[in-house]
Amino acid sequence: MSATSPQWSARDFPTAAKDLLADSQIRKNVQHATNVIQAKRAKVVGEMTDWGELREDGAQIRAHTLKHLDHYLAQFEENCTRAGGQVHWARDAAEANQIILDLLQQHAAKEVIKIKTMTSEEIGLNQYLEAAGIRPYETDLAELIIQLGRDKPSHFVVPALHKNRQQVREIFEREMHLPGLGDRPEDLATAARTYLREKFLRIKIAISGGNFMIADTGGVCIVESEGNGRMCLTLPDVLISLIGIEKVVPSFKDLEVFLQTLPRSATGERMNPYNSTWSGVHPGDGPKEFHVVLLDNGRSPILADKEARQTLQCIRCGACLNACPVYHQTGGHAYESVYAGPIGAILTPQLHSMKEGRSLPYASSLCGACYEVCPVKINIPEVLIHLRGKVVREDQETLSGKLGLWNIGMQAAAFLFADSRRFALAQQAGQIGQKVLVSKNGFIEWLPLMLGGWSQTRDLRAMPAQSFREWWAKEKAPHVGNGSPRPPGTSGSSASPAALQSAESAKESRDV
Amino acid sequence: MSDSSAARVAILESIRTSLGAQSTPAQIAEEYAALPRDYKRSSTLDSSALLDLFQNRLEEYDAGVYRTTSAQIAATIAGIVESRKRHSLAIPEGVPTAWLPQEIRFEDATSFDAYRLDAVEGVLTGCTVAIAETGSMVLQNATAQGPRILSLVPDYHLCVVFADQVVETVPEAFERLRATDSVPTTFISGPSATADIEMTRIKGVHGPRFLDVVLVL
Repeated sequence: MSATSPQWSARDFPTAAKDLLADSQIRKNVQHATNVIQAKRAKVVGEMTDWGELREDGAQIRAHTLKHLDHYLAQFEENCTRAGGQVHWARDAAEANQIILDLLQQHAAKEVIKIKTMTSEEIGLNQYLEAAGIRPYETDLAELIIQLGRDKPSHFVVPALHKNRQQVREIFEREMHLPGLGDRPEDLATAARTYLREKFLRIKIAISGGNFMIADTGGVCIVESEGNGRMCLTLPDVLISLIGIEKVVPSFKDLEVFLQTLPRSATGERMNPYNSTWSGVHPGDGPKEFHVVLLDNGRSPILADKEARQTLQCIRCGACLNACPVYHQTGGHAYESVYAGPIGAILTPQLHSMKEGRSLPYASSLCGACYEVCPVKINIPEVLIHLRGKVVREDQETLSGKLGLWNIGMQAAAFLFADSRRFALAQQAGQIGQKVLVSKNGFIEWLPLMLGGWSQTRDLRAMPAQSFREWWAKEKAPHVGNGSPRPPGTSGSSASPAALQSAESAKESRDV
Repeated sequence: MSDSSAARVAILESIRTSLGAQSTPAQIAEEYAALPRDYKRSSTLDSSALLDLFQNRLEEYDAGVYRTTSAQIAATIAGIVESRKRHSLAIPEGVPTAWLPQEIRFEDATSFDAYRLDAVEGVLTGCTVAIAETGSMVLQNATAQGPRILSLVPDYHLCVVFADQVVETVPEAFERLRATDSVPTTFISGPSATADIEMTRIKGVHGPRFLDVVLVL
């Protein structure tokens, strides 16, 4: 049950990031968009006096649901079925694609309209349908830009965030055959409206994702802005919703929390223009046939890891992407996954059972901005460190990992840091050894091997001739009976350097 | 029909293996009931401040807001529709005749398909509840509101909201929706919009590009 992601390459984050950092247009677009969205978010979050409670209570609802996920999924299935819906289960991308293709072929569909669904990007649905001769039309403006531009999404809320209006205009002018199209956002929105309206009215089958499944009503909730979602949910005869198994909430009432936190976090709006909820099939209102495809694709094993399970609390608002200083610089494509940014850095490797995306837990400065903005309080820095530990331990299990420079280097560092005498010796060795590296200005500008990553963009000040400990021992060390002040943090009146050192050694051995 | 029952068993089994110890439904219900609900769940504003807030939020979305009294609903609607340069509106079943001015043509849209609705000049509906803090109207498949397609396909939506339908917070709205939580429901907050191009909210994509609200005091 691990995920497949056909359109993404297996490049690691540093390699992919280098290409994107070289593209100044993308960086400009990403920084502009994320700055705008962050300012809007800060304003509408700031006016909520109960934001802290909404975050905490929302986090607890999500954690509770995950802890009893089997129960709530079964309840959702029962209630959705009773309301006239049909529930399908897919272990992986291949099964989900097959279920959806079978449904489309039963209805002899040649075309299908789609609401933005990152889950369908995750399973490569569009490519699969095209190979089977079915044409999917993306109807969300950003997804339309991506599809017509033969591009990949770079943000799961605003997938075309890396494109500016001139670039969008070029794509629309070329693909919709609209010579002379203007580049005001209004012109572009109108072009999309005209291009898609005929398809909304004509095509009788639609595919969506889902923001929430509601266990106690068997309902689904979809949150959107443009009305393309409502068109796909309402006009066709058949609707197929592909939804990850983690996206269930116990009760309709729980939406009162998430419909406050999601729009404010995602687009910086008090409420997005449209939210739709419905249960199964309602005669005379909407599709006559409704299918839900529940997708596992690597999710269920994540529940076993108590520290990382919180990853699945995510409600996909994207606030952590907008707040992340790393995402700001690289944009989303560097993550080589439909789920980019801080949440992507923890979700992607776990969805692949840590077989892919192993560089992603390192794609962070651990500054904590992502945790601060998360509306369901996912402690992303904590999970990043936890996953780094997993990567290291797994690497140490392999022969090449064991003999790798990182492992040997880290083991050596651990050995040196574990004892103050060894550490002092290493410092002395460093003072001598650094001589070949120090430039005339007193800085080290180049470091060998894997240390080179550090010196690539920064200079390191050379180690001083004398360490602090050496200076202290010589100049300031208190001598018994002479009344000099005690070093801070020590209690005895006779704290000689040797006594200090042995106290530290004792503490270190406890920590180990 | 693809049979996914084997996948169902496998997924539920995988979840249970990951989670370890199981709770009974009664224990789960008890744990759920004990979840904290410390966020704001009631109003703090008096009724005049509440309606001001609602109006202010709607106007920020670029919706028109017109206050009136129940005796003046039809006259107010006539004025709005005229200023929008429209002559006829589609209506769902159950719209009270007291809302309908003589000078405008109203068509019962119950049997209209999407193409027919695409050709109308606009639609007039009521709502189930409205939320001041977010500037939202909640429409359900009910009397004077109709199926979801009605407030979607026409380019212009005129919505009648009574003062006693307006609550301050989202949780208060959910309290009022509790009895009808399985009915098709749409939260509408302003005209259709997108922020997909450079994160700027632009009015008017696929849903109604123009939204007016009659607020009946």
